[in-house]
Amino acid sequence: MKTVILTMTNPPELYLEGQNITPDAFAGKTAAEIAAIDVWEGKLKSPLGKYFTVEGNGGATAADTKIILRGDCSRLKRVGQQMTAGEIVIEGDADMYIGGWMKGGKIHVKGNVDSFCGLAMEGGELIIDGNAGHHLGSSPRGEWRGMQGGVIRVAGSVGNDTATFMNGGTIIIGGDADIHVSTHAEGGTVIIKGNAKGRVGGQMVKGNIYVFGKIENPLPGFQHIGEVEEEVDGTKARFIHYIGDLGERHPVSRGKPVYGNIYTRV
Amino acid sequence: MSEFLIKNGFVFDPLQGIKGDRMEIAVRDGKIVETGALRHPETIDASGMTVMGGGIDIHAHVVGPKVNVGRLFRPEDKLFKSPLKRCSRMEMGFSVPSTFKAGYDYARMGYVFVNEAAMPPLHSPHVHEEIRDTPIIDNAAMPVFANNWFTLEYLKNHEIENNAAYTAWLLRATRGFAIKAVNPGGTEAWGWGLNCENVHDPVPYFDITPAEIIKGLIETNEHLGLPHSVHLHCNNLGNPGNYTDTLDSLKLAEGYTPKNNFGREQVLHATHLQFHSYGGDSWGNFESRAPEVIDYVNSHDNITIDIGQVTLDETTTMTADGPFEHHLRALNNLKWANTDVELETAAGVVPYIYSPKVKVCTIQWAVGLELALLSKDLMRTFVSTDHPNAGPFTRYPRVITWLMSRAARDATMKTFKWLEKTIDATSIDSIDRELDLYEIAQMTRAGPAMALGISNTYGGLAPGMDADIAIYPLNPENMPSDPAEIEKAFSRCAWLLKDGVVTVRDGEVLTEPAKRTVWVDVNVPENAQVQRDIYEHFLRHYSVNLDNYSLFEEHLFNPRVIEVDTTQ
Repeated sequence: MKTVILTMTNPPELYLEGQNITPDAFAGKTAAEIAAIDVWEGKLKSPLGKYFTVEGNGGATAADTKIILRGDCSRLKRVGQQMTAGEIVIEGDADMYIGGWMKGGKIHVKGNVDSFCGLAMEGGELIIDGNAGHHLGSSPRGEWRGMQGGVIRVAGSVGNDTATFMNGGTIIIGGDADIHVSTHAEGGTVIIKGNAKGRVGGQMVKGNIYVFGKIENPLPGFQHIGEVEEEVDGTKARFIHYIGDLGERHPVSRGKPVYGNIYTRV
Repeated sequence: MSEFLIKNGFVFDPLQGIKGDRMEIAVRDGKIVETGALRHPETIDASGMTVMGGGIDIHAHVVGPKVNVGRLFRPEDKLFKSPLKRCSRMEMGFSVPSTFKAGYDYARMGYVFVNEAAMPPLHSPHVHEEIRDTPIIDNAAMPVFANNWFTLEYLKNHEIENNAAYTAWLLRATRGFAIKAVNPGGTEAWGWGLNCENVHDPVPYFDITPAEIIKGLIETNEHLGLPHSVHLHCNNLGNPGNYTDTLDSLKLAEGYTPKNNFGREQVLHATHLQFHSYGGDSWGNFESRAPEVIDYVNSHDNITIDIGQVTLDETTTMTADGPFEHHLRALNNLKWANTDVELETAAGVVPYIYSPKVKVCTIQWAVGLELALLSKDLMRTFVSTDHPNAGPFTRYPRVITWLMSRAARDATMKTFKWLEKTIDATSIDSIDRELDLYEIAQMTRAGPAMALGISNTYGGLAPGMDADIAIYPLNPENMPSDPAEIEKAFSRCAWLLKDGVVTVRDGEVLTEPAKRTVWVDVNVPENAQVQRDIYEHFLRHYSVNLDNYSLFEEHLFNPRVIEVDTTQ
């Protein structure tokens, strides 16, 4: 695997749209060709080399390409958008839309990210060592097909509207979640190691939510049906099991209605 | 002054009966002229290419409030689907494109005239503002009548003259083009949570049946002698077993003959007939009844149809058939928008995915093609997708390719998950017919122009007509063996002349010649009764004042008026 190191030497005054910073775009290109790739700062288009120094060439394919971003990337958006393979490491904070519509490969952010990261993700891995903003792993606005697959792992806490319209995949949150988790979900799993504020699983049709801490304001649409013991992300524990959202339509499978599940740790 | 001479092309003009002859077409000052009238023409070499009149779309939803609702509530329709800016204005969207994209895409396909299929009269200013914003193509818009309280009351008492006076007033107030009827009575019934599924189901409160409404509208239309006939979206759209209701509706036209000065030969245009030709009694035994329906149409000269072809895309359904959209929402559980337009109509919008993996969708696909391929008179059978209901209009080239090539149909059918069941439920697999370019010209130009009553201006290449000329890179003597080439040729025409201006060259839009709004101004004898009724209704029932209702002149963009005088 070949490594391309981008170092932010000339940070943008506005925010930088980095949807072209993906292994797919870098594959088969030399350092000079990569430096000539377009990025947008506001409405102005510039070559990548205006903001970054580029070291190393891309691999033959996206899967052979690893990108390391250094320097202050806190005003850099959309890195890894729609990427299909390869690896990206951001050695610090990043801005919004990191890993949006991602189909494969791996992104590792060693700091915090802002909102809309992992939006409508279909596959691959998004690992965030710090905190994430709002709409993590959510659906794009207007869309009823949210995250389809892949894994998002956040070590810290997340903002509101996580996993809206989730259909598949897994989101693991090390800290707390703000309001609205898995709204309208039709599949997938969200694991919250800390507490959740409220409105967890609103209008949920299918899917699982595990909360290790407390749900501050549980929704009335969920019904307590018992206790189960399960292994979740390597931790074996007893959980209280709720089904719902009972106000929503529920498909019938093998004669039994399918519900969304919320588990809170005993 | 601009002059063009188009040389060496294969000309197809069904209005004049020209079937691929090599002849010259002369253009002078925006009109087609005799070749002798030119002095210093610019020559366009169309050797090895097909020359046709500009395309005419008889039924599409491209402007107006429900289209705009579709744009607003489907931001995902624009996601990663907006081409780079090439023309002067930004293009966005797929199934509900921006006004600019609609105009440019029609032009790229060689179309010059689009009939907006449903204008809620109360919102006509919005319709005309969007018409102004849609570049290049000429537009007309049909106000909806069949659930309008005035119409229902006049027709209940069989007051055809009063209804005609009201119709003339509304056409002028909205700068409308023709009488549109959507789910006659049913949309109004929906105000009571009901529907009219058959033409004999009475409309609640109004005590009239859809059959009486349709007959009354035909009588009104022929009394006035409008350019276009009644434009009917039948009752019970989209449900299994609805073909009997469709036949009941079509039979209502029996005994009526067209009376007009515009060359129109039908009294009823039944639109998007694909949605109305279903058998079975549930989604389980859903099947095609297209042969029965098209047999009826084949044997009755006073009816025209358009097919409403399903294109197997993700799209946005939108119709003034409010009860149907409510019903559709319950079928696919997607988001839904709906509105009631006071005394006049209602509408709904629901996203829909026509998937080759779903049996019902693939049967629907076959039904549309059966209607076209079993039709005996393609001057009465037109290409449409009911844009965007069965698919976006940008798929017309693909629809044309399916009609022209058995191989293209087979290739699409191979992608079906339920191919055997689709073949069992339809007759598509037994049809080998492949249409030729002359028949395509009938279905996309000459036929729609005749049916709309505008064949003296649009749809052909006779001297005196507008110089709207589409040249496609297709050689009729050497048609490509790969059907994808046909689709490509019809997607991006080699040349489009609109009003004698080179608008498209090699599929790229070059200029935006001034577009027009076409409307019908009917002069009727003064009718004190109708004037009083209008005054009373606005006083009591409307949320707007009569003086604020009619379109202000500044809303009307570059009008082309078709005058009809009934007082003589």
